[in-house]
Amino acid sequence: MFRRRRDEAGPVPDAGEHAIPPEEPDATPEPTTMPRPARAATGMAGMGLRPRPSGFGSRLRSILGGGTPATDATWGEVEEALIAADVGATTTLALVDAARERYRREGGRSGDDVRRALAAEVRARLVAAGSGAFELGPPPAIVLFVGVNGTGKTTTVGKLAYRLRAEGRSVALAAADTFRAAAIEQLRIWGEQVGVPVVAQRAGADPGAVAFDAVAAAESRNLDAVLVDTAGRLQNKTQLMAELAKIRNVIARRLEGQPRHVLLVLDATTGQNGLLQAEAFSREAGVTGIVLTKLDGSAKGGVAVAVAEQLGVPIVFAGMGEEIDALAPFDPDAYVEWLFAA
Amino acid sequence: MFESLSARLQAVTARLRGTARISEADLDVALREIRLALLEADVNFKVVKDFVARVRERALGLEVLNGLNAGQQVVKIVHDELVAVLGGERHELELGARPAVLMLVGLQGSGKTTTAAKLAVRLRRDGKKPLLVAADVYRPAAVDQIVQLGDQIGVEVHSRPTGTPALEIARSGYEFARQKAFDVMILDTAGRLHVDEPMMDELVRIAGTVTPSETLLVVDAMTGQEAVKVAEAFHARLPLTALVLTKMDGDARGGAALGIRSVTGLPVAFIGTGERTDGLEAFHPDRLAQRILGMGDILSLVERVQETVDTDEAERVAERMMQQRFSLEDFRSQLTQIKKMGPIGQVLSMIPGAGQMAGAAQQAVDDGQLKRIEAIIDSMTPHERRNPEVIKASRRRRIALGSGTQPSDVNRLLKQFAEMQKLMKSLGSGRFPGLPGGAGMKGLFGR
Repeated sequence: MFRRRRDEAGPVPDAGEHAIPPEEPDATPEPTTMPRPARAATGMAGMGLRPRPSGFGSRLRSILGGGTPATDATWGEVEEALIAADVGATTTLALVDAARERYRREGGRSGDDVRRALAAEVRARLVAAGSGAFELGPPPAIVLFVGVNGTGKTTTVGKLAYRLRAEGRSVALAAADTFRAAAIEQLRIWGEQVGVPVVAQRAGADPGAVAFDAVAAAESRNLDAVLVDTAGRLQNKTQLMAELAKIRNVIARRLEGQPRHVLLVLDATTGQNGLLQAEAFSREAGVTGIVLTKLDGSAKGGVAVAVAEQLGVPIVFAGMGEEIDALAPFDPDAYVEWLFAA
Repeated sequence: MFESLSARLQAVTARLRGTARISEADLDVALREIRLALLEADVNFKVVKDFVARVRERALGLEVLNGLNAGQQVVKIVHDELVAVLGGERHELELGARPAVLMLVGLQGSGKTTTAAKLAVRLRRDGKKPLLVAADVYRPAAVDQIVQLGDQIGVEVHSRPTGTPALEIARSGYEFARQKAFDVMILDTAGRLHVDEPMMDELVRIAGTVTPSETLLVVDAMTGQEAVKVAEAFHARLPLTALVLTKMDGDARGGAALGIRSVTGLPVAFIGTGERTDGLEAFHPDRLAQRILGMGDILSLVERVQETVDTDEAERVAERMMQQRFSLEDFRSQLTQIKKMGPIGQVLSMIPGAGQMAGAAQQAVDDGQLKRIEAIIDSMTPHERRNPEVIKASRRRRIALGSGTQPSDVNRLLKQFAEMQKLMKSLGSGRFPGLPGGAGMKGLFGR
């Protein structure tokens, strides 16, 4: 993961909400009206995400310096670096306590040892939550995509379909976002791009009915997977969350053990509200994993670490741009390395 | 928003209750809570540090004022500091030029196009003639969407054929606005990453061409610690004049604004709340500080009522209520007024202490239910609306058919209305317990 791509800045879904046709629709790969100005390839082009001078890793380096042993002040600074990466106060304190303990236990004596202890603790939490492991399972697998507005659900659906197709799986998409203007059309464009059928009804149709059709299609066509896109919704809107629970129930009643995967699409730029999102969507829709998107920006997505630590929800995919192949299985080792390198 | 912060500060208040002088140990406990709460609200960590240091300096050893306890005094200090950071007064848009150019910029997905439409609605309400200019040439269907929005709100949209560069659209939009005597041109630009140099260059060129009098950075209230960096990057290139904080109807605490404000000095001009085109509110630093401290946002509520309720109409309805001539027609006009105020849950959330009720109320009085009631009344003849007692089985069936409801729904509405009339009778005669006769109702609807 974290292969850097050129020109990845792209349209992302917006915060649009429900009476105005929500504004920026999810990115589609092709029909951008115009090419964006080419971006200069900087840093580790083709290798990984661009390390940014003000990033978490360089903060840590300047804090930890060379070979001097860690003091209270050092750990205080480490705390701040984690906070600055959106890990949040609670998880930061837990991480630093554990890292201190590990550092002491392993006889640490340098800044590098501090870094190693901290990396080990972050990694341990990601792994404990089951991050990185995504098994589609026996056919059919119904995968439901949920999240607040503007995080990149439709883009992620398209990119995952592309990935599964490349692995030789039979896939269909289902347009259960019947609310957002042009959402159905956009999913259709993704379907054409990837070469997979799209289950859809007209705009404004009952999303539960679309979900029902999605399961029927999975069965009648013997598909490996159906990826169900839903409308973005803020998690404190009770009616919209109830609608989501209903979509889930429709699928569950129609076919036992489904939806097998419920993926919460989380924007890496999000702060501590990401925890509330994970909590609410888990409660209403039974989230099984997180897709962390927009990692091509400058944000570190630390709130996903907090979600993994506090709620035990694994991070399963990472989104790093708008290209069709800019989605990779989440790799805890690569993430930690990137977090501490940049 | 900010619920958890006010809860924490209330806990602090309880802990310090009754102390005559603020001791260092007490203060450290309180400050730790304040620090954690601010961090959880996504206030930039550097800002939190300075903020807590200032509160500490002001609070330490301070003699507790008459009539306050130590906790209240700390809360007061925090409040004053919050107001100081958030800015002393409101940001008034600079609209002197003809046309004045308002440029919206920000990351992808922050809510620029929505905000553009909301601004147009607001400016028109203030008697201006706004033009929307669609300069997002990158996002698929972005132009179509703003054209649709313009149709919806009845504001003209300037757009150019696919393939026209953003700079050219901005330029021709400006010419168009000048020739057609628009007061304000609202320029919607494509979302872009602050680290994307070519895209940032494009913004600089556009700004150089149309010289905006306001360049507003649209920031998602959910944004984390990166918010400050994003704002600094945009500000360094453009410069910006103010912020719009969006998605404030969510439960994000919006601490990003505190960080941006304190690092860049940029004021928050508006906050975006919700899906409707009227969901844009003026930002009041003092009110936000009070809201942070759990005092509710009653002033915003009052303002919204005043902005949306047709006072003459309300007076007329109140009058009819008093005279016990309140008909289904009056009821229908009241529903319209209530709907104009916005989602009921959002209105309730502004009332101190009603935060938890808001969600439940929103569910109970959902818009669908209101719509059904409206449809039923709309399917009646004027005669039936004035004399609902004439509605028997056959009329009931016709009304149900016309409104797409069941006869039982019509029945339920008529029953509820009859009860309402009964209630009004008792109100009019001043017998309703706990309410000061008719004056209470009149006060509520009339002003």
